Amino acid sequence: MTPDMKTDKKADKKADKAAKSRNSDNGSHNGSGDNMALLRSMLLQRRFEERTAEAYALGKIGGFCHLYIGQEAVSTGTISLLRPDDYIITTYRDHGQALARGMSSRSIMAELFGKIDGCSRGKGGSMHLFDRNLNFLGGHGIVGGHVPVATGVGFAIKYRGGDQVCICFMGESVVNTGAFHEALNMAGLWKLPVVYIIENNRYGMGTALERASAIHDIYERGAAYNMTRAQCDGQDVFAVRKSVGEAIERARKESLPTLLEVRTYRFMGHSMSDAVSGTYRTKAELEEWQKRDPIVLLRVQMQEQGELTEEQLQKLDEELKAEVQDAIDFADKSPEPPPEALFEDVLVDTTSDATAEAAAVSS
Amino acid sequence: MPVVTYRDALNQALREEMQRDDRVFLMGEEVAVYQGAYKVSKGLLQEFGEMRVVDTPITELGFAGVGVGAAMAGLRPIIEFMTWNFAVLALDQVLNAASKMLYMSGGQYPMPMVFRGPNGAALQLSAQHSQAFESWLAHMPGVKVVTPGTPYDAKGLLKSAIRDDNPVLFLEGEMLYNTKGEVPEDEYLIPIGKAELKREGDHCSIITNGKMALVAMQVADQLAKEDIRVDVVDLRTVRPMDIEAIKASVQKTNRAVVLEEGWELAGIGAQVVDYIQRDCFDDLDAPVIRVHQADVPMPYAKNLEKLAKPDAAKTIAAVRKVMYLD
Repeated sequence: MTPDMKTDKKADKKADKAAKSRNSDNGSHNGSGDNMALLRSMLLQRRFEERTAEAYALGKIGGFCHLYIGQEAVSTGTISLLRPDDYIITTYRDHGQALARGMSSRSIMAELFGKIDGCSRGKGGSMHLFDRNLNFLGGHGIVGGHVPVATGVGFAIKYRGGDQVCICFMGESVVNTGAFHEALNMAGLWKLPVVYIIENNRYGMGTALERASAIHDIYERGAAYNMTRAQCDGQDVFAVRKSVGEAIERARKESLPTLLEVRTYRFMGHSMSDAVSGTYRTKAELEEWQKRDPIVLLRVQMQEQGELTEEQLQKLDEELKAEVQDAIDFADKSPEPPPEALFEDVLVDTTSDATAEAAAVSS
Repeated sequence: MPVVTYRDALNQALREEMQRDDRVFLMGEEVAVYQGAYKVSKGLLQEFGEMRVVDTPITELGFAGVGVGAAMAGLRPIIEFMTWNFAVLALDQVLNAASKMLYMSGGQYPMPMVFRGPNGAALQLSAQHSQAFESWLAHMPGVKVVTPGTPYDAKGLLKSAIRDDNPVLFLEGEMLYNTKGEVPEDEYLIPIGKAELKREGDHCSIITNGKMALVAMQVADQLAKEDIRVDVVDLRTVRPMDIEAIKASVQKTNRAVVLEEGWELAGIGAQVVDYIQRDCFDDLDAPVIRVHQADVPMPYAKNLEKLAKPDAAKTIAAVRKVMYLD
């Protein structure tokens, strides 16, 4: 902790509180209180990613940076249904899901900037956001590599006799990998409580789904694993909540996996390195999808139902923009990791303490 | 002291550690109902049940990843590869997940798990079933790589590996499973990262690991008849490598032969030689010679396989060469 951070204790507390309140919604599908929370979660992701793009262009963020803009209903819709003891694992397009889970904007932005106060102490970067306290298991860069890991989490849940679920987000390109096949086969075979959510945004980097997959209704691949499977509209946060909600129930109550294909679209390129449109997808297609901006859809519905005034929306947007600005200021001020950090966290020097911790297995 | 096979020594270690800590489970092909492809897990299914001794489909990449996920969620998996040759498919999980998770999460996710299986050649198993993987696996930071050559070492090191909170890659050997040695009845652990002097002499050091330690001991015993006395430094662990043990021996003998199972280029022995030249340059009276597999995929024909493999005769020739005897 640097001397500067100490004087910001109040701001730290405020940021933590904001993060916690975002993570608490777990209730029914109805009610204006819940919808406000959904809107807040989605709009925060949007404002955060917009500023992230800026920061990247300014050179404050390096390497690969994959933005979630356009897909916010999938993260928010899913994660709003989870308990704190459920698990989430995802790909490198992880900023939106991390925010939806309640990781603080500060710790994520600092991680993107490669600073010591980042959630991964600057060692992971954009693609490797982790938070053990929130059971957010990363942030993974090898396409498909994390899917067997999700199956393993499901195995651990069953091993201990718990009723937690593991949510595994993935892009639609993942379904062609060997790892996907192996992981889902075991989940179906062993009946594990994992919800595999395909965020089908139609393009694996620059390759359209139709050029990569022999079938287009890719949720049908679940049939190969004796797995319940479905498809839903990923721009409608309520449609996501409905479908994911059913899958979560199935996992929790029956310890059965589900393969859910959520149809969505990213409004930015694959990463900050490619054009938004004009190379592998047309501007016309992008504009068509932008008409179904998930945030606009929710906002309009809430306004029509009298749940949201223009004033409230403005206030919310200002708050969230201020939160993201605060995150940027925090990240700017946070120091780079010290040289010693280079060699930290390669190995741990501990061994198991069977007596103390083994007792926790069955809990 | 009881004399026990290498296989049974491993079986004892697995059983004892699974009894001690119920987060520990074993997963792999044929480990349960078949009692283990090489019978290392014999009897474990009966004792611990099918949730703790888990048969998998043929899915090395998949079940290695299942181990990673289970470790992230707080269990202590032992992932068995029927042979490390098959584990190449799983290396993405070993390298990109297990070895790197702690680091890229900023210390949040230690990976307390063991990947184990037989390594290196057996008899006429041909090209795809005969490879030694020490140098591939030891190259990456974030794991420990253990290669026990005797039943005593196997048991003590496997217990340590299971208790270690890091990913430990444990390399056994089909040719080792039937070998016998003394194994104490009382519990003992061997620290990972410590070599052992299996023979002592001041004429030459033979630095080795894994099943080659048995060859080295044979060589030492044979040379002793001609009054040539050699140190046999059995590394037992190749990552981290016991540099102090290597130094102590070479500083005493001034000559070294490195005996290893793998190929020449960037083999594990090349690293040993680097440590020697770096830390014992002025102690050397001769260049260091390596004895290793011929630079070919392993052939099937019995005579060709024998030509390809490192053995006692080649090692003796190397010792005589560094001693300028021939």
